[in-house]
Amino acid sequence: MSTTPAVRTGGRTPFKVVTSTLAPLMMENVDTDQIIPARFLKIIDSEGLGEHLFEDLRRASDGSMRDDFFLNRAEYRSASILLAGRNFGCGSSREHAPWALVGAGFRVVISTSFADIFRGNAMKNGLLPVALDAASWTSLAALVGTDAHVTVDLERQEARWPGGSARFEIDTFARTCMLAGTDELGYILEREADISAYEMRQAAEEHS
Amino acid sequence: MAPVTPRTLFDKIWDAHVVRNEPGAPTLLYIDLHLIHEVTSPQAFAGLRRRGLRLRRPERTVATVDHSIPTSVGPIQDPLAAKQVSTLEANVRDFGISMYGQQSPQRGIVHVIGPELGLTQPGKTIVCGDSHTSTHGAFGALAFGIGTSEVEHVLATQCLLQHKARSCEVRIEGRLERGVGAKDVILALLAQIGVGGGTGYVLEYTGQVVRAFSMEERMTVCNMSIEGGARAGLVAPDDTTFEYLAGRDFAPRNFDAAVQRWKTLPSDDGAAYDARITLDVTGLAPMITFGTNPGMGVPITGTIPDPAQQSDRSGQEALRKALQYMGLNPGEAVAGRPIDVVFIGSCTNSRISDLREAARILRGRKVNPRVRTLVVPGSQAIKRQAEAEGLDRVFTDAGAEWRESGCSMCIAMNGDEVAAGQYAVSTSNRNFEGRQGKGSRTFLASPLTAAASAVTGRLTDVRTMV
Repeated sequence: MSTTPAVRTGGRTPFKVVTSTLAPLMMENVDTDQIIPARFLKIIDSEGLGEHLFEDLRRASDGSMRDDFFLNRAEYRSASILLAGRNFGCGSSREHAPWALVGAGFRVVISTSFADIFRGNAMKNGLLPVALDAASWTSLAALVGTDAHVTVDLERQEARWPGGSARFEIDTFARTCMLAGTDELGYILEREADISAYEMRQAAEEHS
Repeated sequence: MAPVTPRTLFDKIWDAHVVRNEPGAPTLLYIDLHLIHEVTSPQAFAGLRRRGLRLRRPERTVATVDHSIPTSVGPIQDPLAAKQVSTLEANVRDFGISMYGQQSPQRGIVHVIGPELGLTQPGKTIVCGDSHTSTHGAFGALAFGIGTSEVEHVLATQCLLQHKARSCEVRIEGRLERGVGAKDVILALLAQIGVGGGTGYVLEYTGQVVRAFSMEERMTVCNMSIEGGARAGLVAPDDTTFEYLAGRDFAPRNFDAAVQRWKTLPSDDGAAYDARITLDVTGLAPMITFGTNPGMGVPITGTIPDPAQQSDRSGQEALRKALQYMGLNPGEAVAGRPIDVVFIGSCTNSRISDLREAARILRGRKVNPRVRTLVVPGSQAIKRQAEAEGLDRVFTDAGAEWRESGCSMCIAMNGDEVAAGQYAVSTSNRNFEGRQGKGSRTFLASPLTAAASAVTGRLTDVRTMV
């Protein structure tokens, strides 16, 4: 029996299994300024960011689309799994980064490691960060540009591809939330009594 | 008596803020202070409205505007920035939050005013929708950046679900040379550990160099902990901390009792860290970055590294790409490279001591006429202090621009930016591609190095000028 506490359902699309070809971004340390440059953060909602995903990598200095960048190539247009180098999402805490990735149709980012804040932000928006071992990552890199489909199964914590598979680790609680399509706030709100008790203890200590 | 397990500073703050530990879930952690700004909060307030929620403890959230506001006087011209600011104004009014708005004499960069107002205190948990929240760790507070979903969680519940990070002691030993300071120390550490080297850790800075640092120097170091991927940076509170806080607006009313509590926070003798790093700064030269992440730094006396010398292929490619973006060649000397812009400011280096350092170099000198030099104080209070000391005149007499406070050219979403292809020496924290404007090329450095380079128009070893 699972020891994970019950979480309220609703709110988001549950994440179960995603099967797709791979879109390649074969760079390490992709920072959130690359994912979505700061000049696009002057918004008060989370709409429309997908159009500007990787804006400065996507365009040449004269503003034209670079045809060697994956997002501008027809063969990667339907991919919902991004394969990227290590330490993906480093830099700022902007949740606009996963909003932009999700807005552009991505459901999964596969790397060998992720920056902390990005990983948390991604899972809160139905975007699954999958950290694989280096050998598995290299196997997947060999599939880029082919029509091979990769399956990411959150229930089984497993990535499968023609000729291989690998298990990935993920925070149990965040996994439960993603599978149920819920967020953490409902869970925290239900701990009201604990929070009140804590606040009373803290006030007593500060005045002792 | 049962033996007490020695604890680190991080353990003590963590333990004191655990609301609940439940199997299968992260720890529910209480947040003492929540700082918000115009860019990462609007969607969180929209979320509260959708769910019909109020703030649990409105007095524990403090708002200001810094990221998208211009550093010029007068109304905001950019309609998108104006809309963000008016949205925050409406949100703080509707939800009953204190705000240091555009007209407030106490407004400034969120990580500058928290300490300045005395809101930042030892032992507190502090969060903000901004990764440089690590700055506040200089006071022995557990402070970290969060996303907008978590901003909503804190507004609604004053709590976050968190896994406890591992701890790493970063011992900084040795003796700093004249002209070499806190910024050089953190850039040297980042060059050593890389931009992912601190991932999963809270870094506690210890050692004689850190003890001798002022609060402002400690803030510079903690500020850039996130550039190593660390969850937070920490410095144990001591008399330097207490003296800084005494008399500030929001310092505890019973200050002596607070100091007695704070004195119990430093790590116990024999406390276990998950990892340890030592950095000896004896003989360290002023540091400067040459690439497109803050870990790509070298001494100003050094040369541009050669991708062919990198041990792994992805490292080679990353370096090649960085040098191509920066327009630099392997083996070239760093010092002497011509520059176009100097930016002195940001939550890393915009405090009064940073401005005094820059003024020390610029007093009686002129900036190179080719170089646009922008000096942006971290807060309106720092601006007034600098003006009272005559620093503004030093800057303007030298030919630099003296501006209103804000994030300015560090984030380039407020009108201050570096043009495509231009080289900037910047006292800020990030040299990512396009960070200071599309196509901008950034050299991160200390205020001293930035001021010296402004004068010569080239990357300069400031030790020749101090």
